[in-house]
Amino acid sequence: MTARVVEVSNLVFGYDKRDKEQTLTDINFSVNKGEWVAVIGHNGSGKSTLAKLLVGLLEMDDGSISIAGINLNDNTKWEVRRHIGLVFQNPENQFVGTTVQDDVAFGLENINMPYEEMNNRVEEALKMVDLSELRFHDPSRLSGGQKQRVALAGILALRPSVLVLDEALVMLDPGSRRELLLTLKQLNKSSDMTIISITHDMDEAAEADRILLLEAGRLVDSGKPSDVFSKHQQLEPPFSEALRRMLKRQKNTVPDTYMTEEELVNWLCKSHLKM
Amino acid sequence: MNKLILGRFFPGESILHQMDPRAKLLAGVYFILVLFVANNWQSYGLLWIFTLVVMYLSGVKFSVYIRGVRPLIWLILFTVTLQILFTSGGKIYLDVGPITVSNFGIISGIYIFCRFVMIIFISTVVTLTTKPIDLTDGINALLKPLKRLKIPVDEISLMLSISLRFIPNLLDETQKVMDAQRARGTEFGEGNLLRQMKTLVPIFLPLFASSLNRAEDMANGMETRGYQSGEKRSTFRQLAWKRKDTLCIGTMIILTFGLIVLRTGGFIH
Ligand SMILES: Nc1ncnc2c1ncn2[C@@H]1O[C@H](COP(=O)(O)OP(=O)(O)OP(=O)(O)O)[C@@H](O)[C@H]1O
Ligand SMILES: [Mg+2]
Repeated sequence: MTARVVEVSNLVFGYDKRDKEQTLTDINFSVNKGEWVAVIGHNGSGKSTLAKLLVGLLEMDDGSISIAGINLNDNTKWEVRRHIGLVFQNPENQFVGTTVQDDVAFGLENINMPYEEMNNRVEEALKMVDLSELRFHDPSRLSGGQKQRVALAGILALRPSVLVLDEALVMLDPGSRRELLLTLKQLNKSSDMTIISITHDMDEAAEADRILLLEAGRLVDSGKPSDVFSKHQQLEPPFSEALRRMLKRQKNTVPDTYMTEEELVNWLCKSHLKM
Repeated sequence: MNKLILGRFFPGESILHQMDPRAKLLAGVYFILVLFVANNWQSYGLLWIFTLVVMYLSGVKFSVYIRGVRPLIWLILFTVTLQILFTSGGKIYLDVGPITVSNFGIISGIYIFCRFVMIIFISTVVTLTTKPIDLTDGINALLKPLKRLKIPVDEISLMLSISLRFIPNLLDETQKVMDAQRARGTEFGEGNLLRQMKTLVPIFLPLFASSLNRAEDMANGMETRGYQSGEKRSTFRQLAWKRKDTLCIGTMIILTFGLIVLRTGGFIH
């Protein structure tokens, strides 16, 4: 049985309540436990707004959100936040602690966790993001990518069942980014941590189980990466798809449907062998 | 802005650096109270010995402490002068109307000077050897009993520690805004007072606005990590009372006895 950990129905939200213009209009989707969902869309399409609504930082105008079976409202938002964690686009102004480890522990202190357990969790989270050496440093004096890792560790330590990443890895160098994505993927598979990742990186999105495509505050598509990328040709395609389209222009034998990296590699090997 | 010594932290490995902030705070506050027991040159001498030894133990250069006194020197001299001019008794050297310069006046002036300087030295020792965050933790721990009176001690100390954490950011930002205004032709510190005040407006407005934004970001971050004021929280930073801390309290008790013994003469010799 796949349980739905996130259910959003008829969600409506506007920043300016006097304005008829809405930032998000009639959003409907649900996410299953253990799923990895990528949310993509242009700047200003409402991705960050959606993330803030999911954790109850903004109050919806209409519709409903339910996280891990709890209907989100003003009374339940504290309970909901025990199940869902959000890593922000820019962690710059969000460091509470004066050292990395103090900051990572902040969320654990808030749930009144005993010291011993807290210590273990902090250690574990720091290891996951590869920051163990910098644990005594001042987070506000770290580099952009390191800051993002601190922020991520702060949420990972809480072990939320749903992890929302709002472009949380954009400042990481490609190597550590790949590594971190791999770690997250492991968590996603082994401990069923549901991940909703807002991203502009189409290669990362192509790896997701499902893609949600936002356009001007509306959810215009939701489906497997292959479907979404073949249907919306205006999207910047992931590397494998870009390559396929390029090859297609050169040679007609290239298949006309979307291919994942693996499929493309297989096809290339096979066709190459035939030549 | 880097001139202020009182309230700054000097990283180091001295025995004072390793002490528990609670012990240092308690001892510091106690020292200020016990100062008033001294009333003759012997007891003041003992206090000076104590102060100088503590300063030496901190491992911070003596000149740093002197710099700590400098911003307050006029206030101190003013108080001392008043004391000298308006105390009478003993041998009188000068007497003009209400103003008298006397034996007693000069001596009590010297004592007041010593008290001021020792208070500054000792509090500087405490802040120089304790990280601001540890200081807040220490204050928090010592004020804990006030919670019974419904005073939100935890909230206040969290507020304090977050403010401490933002001070460097704010200073950086002030610099940035000032540079930006300079690039637009503003000259700071020029013209009469009114003109100078006017040039400050374009600094404070952006600073104020950005502080509000920062505060909102901070609140969002804290909320998503489950911070709720008034809820029971555990603490990750643990304070550990060690042997040297007990030793420190013991030293304070011995100091008190010493002062009482030396004081009992009670006379100015
Ligand atoms: N605090 C706010 N007050 C008013 N309007 C806002 C606020 N934050 C965002 N908006 C508006 O809401 C819309 C959606 O913004 P949002 O930040 O959700 O976009 P996004 O999809 O996350 O973009 P990006 O890819 O740049 O992160 C934008 O038009 C923006 O101007
Ligand atoms: Mg955004």
